[in-house]
Amino acid sequence: MTTKLFGEPVRRREDQRLITGKGRYLDDIGPNALAAAFVRSPHAHARIVDIDVDAALEVEGLVAIYTYEDLTGPMAEPLPVLIPHPQMHAPRTGFPLANGEVNHVGEPIVMVVATDRYVAEDACDRILVTYEELPVVVGVDVARAATAAVHEEIPDNVAARHHQETGDVEPALAASPRTLSFTQYIERSACMPMEGKGVHARWDSDDRSLRVYTSTQASTSVRAAIAAKLDLSLDKVEVIAPDVGGGFGVKIVHPWPEELLVPMAAIALGQEVKWAEDRREHFIGSAHERQQRQEITVGYDDDGRITALDVHIWHDNGAYTPYGIIVPIVTATQLVGPYVIPVYRVVVESVFTNTVIVTPYRGAGRPQGCYAMERTMDRIADDLGLDRALVRERNLIQTDQFPYDHHLTFQDGRPVIYDSGDYPGLLDKLRTLVGWSEADRLRAEAATRGKLLGVGMAMYVEGTGPGPYEGGHVQVLGSGKVLVSTGLTSQGQGHETAFAQIVASELGVPIEDVEVTTGDTRRFGYAVGTFASRAAVMSGNAIALAARGVREKALRIAADVLEAAPEDLEIDEGLVQVKGVPGTSIPLRTVAVLSNPLRYAFDEAAKQATQFARAGSDDKPPVAEGDAPGLEHRDYYSPIRSTFASGAHAAIVEIDPATWEIDVVKYAVVHDCGNVVNPMIVEGQVHGGVAQGVGGALYERMAYDADGQLQNASFMDFLMPYASEVPDIDIDHQQTPSPLNPLGIKGAGEAGVIPGTAAIASAIEDAVGRRITSMPISPTELYDLVRNPTAERTAAAERRSENGVLA
Amino acid sequence: MTGVDTERTIAVTVNGVPREATVPVRRLLSDALRHDLGLTGTHVGCEHGVCGACTVIVDGDPVRSCLMLAVQVDGSSVRTVEGLARDDHQGGQVLHPVQEAFRECHALQCGFCTPGFLMTIAAGLESRDNAQEISEEEVDELVGGNLCRCTGYANIKKAVRHAATAMKDDA
Repeated sequence: MTTKLFGEPVRRREDQRLITGKGRYLDDIGPNALAAAFVRSPHAHARIVDIDVDAALEVEGLVAIYTYEDLTGPMAEPLPVLIPHPQMHAPRTGFPLANGEVNHVGEPIVMVVATDRYVAEDACDRILVTYEELPVVVGVDVARAATAAVHEEIPDNVAARHHQETGDVEPALAASPRTLSFTQYIERSACMPMEGKGVHARWDSDDRSLRVYTSTQASTSVRAAIAAKLDLSLDKVEVIAPDVGGGFGVKIVHPWPEELLVPMAAIALGQEVKWAEDRREHFIGSAHERQQRQEITVGYDDDGRITALDVHIWHDNGAYTPYGIIVPIVTATQLVGPYVIPVYRVVVESVFTNTVIVTPYRGAGRPQGCYAMERTMDRIADDLGLDRALVRERNLIQTDQFPYDHHLTFQDGRPVIYDSGDYPGLLDKLRTLVGWSEADRLRAEAATRGKLLGVGMAMYVEGTGPGPYEGGHVQVLGSGKVLVSTGLTSQGQGHETAFAQIVASELGVPIEDVEVTTGDTRRFGYAVGTFASRAAVMSGNAIALAARGVREKALRIAADVLEAAPEDLEIDEGLVQVKGVPGTSIPLRTVAVLSNPLRYAFDEAAKQATQFARAGSDDKPPVAEGDAPGLEHRDYYSPIRSTFASGAHAAIVEIDPATWEIDVVKYAVVHDCGNVVNPMIVEGQVHGGVAQGVGGALYERMAYDADGQLQNASFMDFLMPYASEVPDIDIDHQQTPSPLNPLGIKGAGEAGVIPGTAAIASAIEDAVGRRITSMPISPTELYDLVRNPTAERTAAAERRSENGVLA
Repeated sequence: MTGVDTERTIAVTVNGVPREATVPVRRLLSDALRHDLGLTGTHVGCEHGVCGACTVIVDGDPVRSCLMLAVQVDGSSVRTVEGLARDDHQGGQVLHPVQEAFRECHALQCGFCTPGFLMTIAAGLESRDNAQEISEEEVDELVGGNLCRCTGYANIKKAVRHAATAMKDDA
């Protein structure tokens, strides 16, 4: 059929508006809205003694000033703990505006509303806040030492102690032929979408209803939060995610203080109010991720097979825990990767620090878990003098072991049971793609140019498409247009295209007739959100089911008209026809008209459905019992558990021993996300993820000083990769369909970023022969490491120097 | 209060159309385009001149409109992403080769940085006599000052080469 577009690299339907400047991002909405700006804490930890707004009152154009004292009812209560968990014994959240204490630089204290943003910031500058500074906690080691407390009543700074085990790890380690223990660190980075957050609110005082646009990954839940916090009935609140300029996780957190305060002000003032986050605000007022201290003990045999794994992680959750312990859980459960780990124990202590909150950033704990597991594999290989790929191969779950139960509980509260995969296949493809067996030759060749070359690899398994559910609605109009909606939002993943491909394929209509709407509560009220690589899995399948429902109904109605059995009919190019009988057909748009029996004809097409035009039995009601008018269907997809995608990356780095600059000269990706809806989009997701992985491995960090000041809160100092920093990427695909969902797909959004830090650390270690225990690593840090006489040399380096090879 | 908001009326040709706007002297060009002239296709990503999302073409040169004051373009000619496509004189538009290339090569995802890339690349390719002869190094150089968080740049670089070839075909 010409309409089978599933699996094709269809060009994106959203691009036309985005390349012509007609996108509609948050700050493009409401040109006449009042503007909000915030006074944010300049201190990492302080008591607020006084807020003096007098000088601001003189600013011409000032409309309103809000402090905590102006908050009433639920707004005066702490923000919600979005994902409670029994192992989070001391959750803490902030208030929409600080209530007497601030716990990180950037915490909002005062909201100013004025005629424009310039004026609002003028007023902010004139507000004097007096503070009494308190001791500051920065970094996991300081938090762990607990010489000072972020929250007075939690003296050990521990918010949660997450613990899972699959057996008795201590005897298993004791019985292991070999063990090794080590500690390593990974630093903070952040999502850093090119568009910051933003909120626009409009209150209709006659209708007493609120419309909110917000740059979010979860519009339905923002809606529920606004209704709860502002004491509004849910049906009086609409929330719409317009074009969103990137998310990567930070916009799944909600309600951000601004998402409540801006609507609150719009209602109070009876005017449109808008806030668009600036870049500095995004650095200090949104969220970061990744910092962990990892203590690992592994038991293994002489062949490198793991017998037991004991991991203790300290995870920096920042000042508050609105997103619960999702990141620690994901690290804990995804750490095991594609490997058989006979006995596994993991404890993640999630600790408070006086820094920006930590919530999911693309990968959401997986890059850290992968770093822990893959560096463990490298250590084992080094200890035994074995090829790093071989050690991995010996530990892989085999293809006949699926479904594979790790006996762990995932972030969705469901078991970690891998549904399908071919991990040996990934590894084979990766070795070929990167030229793994050529490493020694490449190293020698680089040495002739005075460069140190190293290769590294990392494998991962990614739980994608967690529930609880997503929904889809498909409706065929009398014009032939097919309207599709789903509640989850889009931030550049091409959902309008991918979902249209699914509908076109399922329904048998031209893709040009399909129009997709996402993240608009006016169109679809039930949704969870866009995170955890779940959009294609969840909404893709829900939409497919909805389209199948429409197809079934269309065939039923058409069968009546064509006097054929529904099973003898097919739909192609928007035409319902009897299979093998050309000419016996009815357009789907006519079926849509007939699906809605009418009294009134409002246009030519509608005449066919009116009461005197339509044939039908006098003994049956026009709308059959149990049926509904309209050619539409709504359906939901709710999986029993997540589906597990997988992949393997390898990096080749070249290091210049004069400058210690680290150049990733080759980057290879083998990727398996099951059946692919649109390979062009999936490849784009991989490219973007790898760029973030390289950034996280070599450039990006949040440079907090001991006082909790973020020293690099700008694009000048936070080194996000430009084109010059991202290597060319070679990609090979493998498709292991998921047996869990109708389309056989697995998520792809986060995959690219997961193994970057692990693979590049491995490659650098291979190049310089010094143990890499902290990532990211800069040229200066690498120089210091290599010059440090006490830095641990790898056994591989010792062996190589015995053989007369440099480094 | 204070009079810091001294205003000035500026005359500027935007996308070939003479426009006039009365703006506070401290108004950034990016804000004036977006908020005073309603041309929201120009995006603001950092407001400190690093990301390049706000790039527009002023008198033929790509500039970061967040680093210029609106009053500085008085008497100038400004081209924004809204002016990149040509009118086809039949009620539609003919996309610029760079726009076509971005769609064809999947060089955008969220699209927020895209207008800045489009204007930077259009200015770069148009200023060359021999766009189609652009080398790999020159492609890297051309796009190397703009930030994109979605694409990893591979497809953006591909789009530059694609556009360069198309511009040769056009010529």
